[in-house]
Amino acid sequence: MSIEKNEEFRPKIVAFCCNWCSYAGADLAGSSRMSYSADVKIIRVPCSCRVNPMFILRAFERGADGVIMCGCHPGDCHYTSGNYYARRRMTLLFSMLDYIGVENGRTRVEWVSAAEGAKFSQTMHEFVDKITSLGKNVRLEDLRCRN
Amino acid sequence: MYKIAKENLTALFQKIAAEQELYLPVRNEGQVNFAAWSEDAQVDIDTLKTVKSPKDAFFPQSETLYTCVRDGKKINIEPEALKEQDFVVFGMRACDVRGVEVLDKVFLVDPLDTFYAARRDHGTIVALACHEPEETCFCKVFGIDAAEPAADVAAWLIGEDLYWKALTEKGEALTNAVADLLTEDAGADETVNKEKDAIRSIVEQLPYTHLSLEGWNGDVLMEKFEDPLWDELYKPCLACGTCTFVCPTCQCYDIKDYDTGKNGVQRYRCWDSCMYSDFTMMAHGNNRKSQKERFRQRFMHKLVYFPANNDGMYSCVGCGRCVEKCPESLNIVKVIKAFAKQGGEK
Amino acid sequence: MQELINRAKELLADGTVARVLGWKAGDLPYNPEPAYFEKEEDFADFVYNGFCGANLSKYMIEASKLEGKTLVCLKPCDTYSFQELIKEHRVDRDKAYIIGVGCKGKLDIEKIRAMGIKGIKSISGAEIEDEAETLTIDTIYGEKSCAYKDAMLERCHVCKGKDHMIFDEIIGESKETKDADRFAEVEKIEAMSPEEKFAFFQKELSKCIRCNACRNVCPACSCRKCVFDSNKFDSSQKANVDSFEEKMFHIIRAFHVAGRCTDCGECSRVCPQGIRLHLFNRKFIKDINELYGEYQAGADLEPRTPLTNYDVEDAEPGIVAERG
Repeated sequence: MSIEKNEEFRPKIVAFCCNWCSYAGADLAGSSRMSYSADVKIIRVPCSCRVNPMFILRAFERGADGVIMCGCHPGDCHYTSGNYYARRRMTLLFSMLDYIGVENGRTRVEWVSAAEGAKFSQTMHEFVDKITSLGKNVRLEDLRCRN
Repeated sequence: MYKIAKENLTALFQKIAAEQELYLPVRNEGQVNFAAWSEDAQVDIDTLKTVKSPKDAFFPQSETLYTCVRDGKKINIEPEALKEQDFVVFGMRACDVRGVEVLDKVFLVDPLDTFYAARRDHGTIVALACHEPEETCFCKVFGIDAAEPAADVAAWLIGEDLYWKALTEKGEALTNAVADLLTEDAGADETVNKEKDAIRSIVEQLPYTHLSLEGWNGDVLMEKFEDPLWDELYKPCLACGTCTFVCPTCQCYDIKDYDTGKNGVQRYRCWDSCMYSDFTMMAHGNNRKSQKERFRQRFMHKLVYFPANNDGMYSCVGCGRCVEKCPESLNIVKVIKAFAKQGGEK
Repeated sequence: MQELINRAKELLADGTVARVLGWKAGDLPYNPEPAYFEKEEDFADFVYNGFCGANLSKYMIEASKLEGKTLVCLKPCDTYSFQELIKEHRVDRDKAYIIGVGCKGKLDIEKIRAMGIKGIKSISGAEIEDEAETLTIDTIYGEKSCAYKDAMLERCHVCKGKDHMIFDEIIGESKETKDADRFAEVEKIEAMSPEEKFAFFQKELSKCIRCNACRNVCPACSCRKCVFDSNKFDSSQKANVDSFEEKMFHIIRAFHVAGRCTDCGECSRVCPQGIRLHLFNRKFIKDINELYGEYQAGADLEPRTPLTNYDVEDAEPGIVAERG
């Protein structure tokens, strides 16, 4: 008996979630039994401001097809202003990625509070769909990691 | 002596590339570097100096040595295959050829570098005489004749023709392989000799040609090492790796692991630069803690340590690439001159 | 130049400064190197001409640690870098005596070579006093000439202006050399399709040999230990592996200096492979100007730079996709 291999494209998605809002939002989604795609791998960070642009590029290099960063809503940062700084950084980084020819849409920032389990789940659904439609990331991938 | 019209060179490249790999100077985004030949490559054999030296053909800037992959409880080690395909490097210059000889002294002695040795075995060098030497050239200082490169095949680009002369067995083999494109020319010697004389007379006029290497040999180690002049010379150095990476003889490399994910590691080696702060970094730290020491290392190695270990052969070939490319215009010639000037004052 | 030398000697003699940081004549007509002058007789080699492109601000980081004041010659564009370094506490203003030197555009030997001029014996017209519009170049292969403008560094075509941002005194006249739009090249790339953009940068960056000259010359790259030099960081710091690594290095490097980069153009000047590295920096500068208001790093001593500041009304990152 053989098991048929599923050749359908499944994107690899990395989600950086801030500890105080978005990660709790993801928890809420889970405890409320709201589903989201298993293709999303969450990395918890203390604050969205902790996300170094290098993390995002590294994720792509190592084979991620999409990277999403979630943090507290502007004004609600646990550290007062971390997400404001993060917002500027990510805007500039995404603009640069667009500039070097990476397809728009592989990166996204969404503000998700601890009470927004539904938003978390919905955002991830949307993002997975988007990345699935874009297909595999080849422009930022390090070929050495392919094997 | 054979010749081939310049316009037929593409046919020659096609013919060589059909049988073997072919590396030659290619223009990409305004810069000329050695690269693999392809139909749409913009070949440029008129530019005298490629930015990077052709040493990549034998000793690439980075190459994988082996790959480890974890398979359950086992680790599979897959060594990288040695070069098995014959290849031709077309368009090296006399100085670059000497550069390869220098590398031979390092990699072809015990312990033999098998990766390098395999490439040397399979590579054939076609070298071009330097039609118009430039002011940054000083190969003559090291006894290199820009008019007559000592490669497998020496070639001269004169007017609309390329003159071709095989000098070694490998060169003969390549000549036979492309024989139907070459024509025998009885009068060629005269034309080529004229060209050689012209080149040599230009070389005589170059500003660096009469640079004196007096005082630089394998026996002056401590004297030069401790010279206070180094305290001044290194100061403008930015500690970048430009001089070492464009150099045809710099042979230091670093071995590093790259985590490829999925339980795999790729062990590769890449050129290192003695200008870098992590050069020869060991568990106990770094041997050369200051930029002065690192700067001194480069010139002492080329002009003192190397000749001390290799019967007086310098590991500088006078290609002048560092002279052209140093961001702050430092270079080996300025170092030699600074010592000569100091010697004069003493 | 003589005025500059006289003044420097004077300040050295009366003990105002302990050393002078300027340029020493090279052994070819176009290769002066940055150098320190401590004694009067050293000045025989002092030179300041069209080939003195090096931005000496970076050397002031080390010079600030030395005993006594250092007289430093800064061109108008260099003063932006110096001021930015003061902001970051990397140089000590009290340790510097700044002579703002005049500038009429600096020359790029690579541009002269690209015109096919080789075997150079001498170059006239490059002296700072010369009003010449053309350079006359005597070579082994005959006399050549070219317009001064055509041999200028790219950065001088988009010059920030003749004014020194910070100085103790000014010696020499500067000339307006701007004749191009600073963001024209960036806009051209922005207008490309993603495929074209990718191909463009792929080609440009495949030349990178990881020599780190762009980083080491950069006055904004003043970290004592660069993240790319860390051996715990798993980057191919020295290897050119022709994968995403080179791009990542250049994006991150530009990102690290975003908001602090004064666009002094040293990175593009020193790249041995002629990579137009300013295209990265200028993209960030253009975005900052458009999104967070006009900003010129180094023009003032205001401590907050665009990336160490924020506004609650800032645009969301989604704007990148929206403007397309």
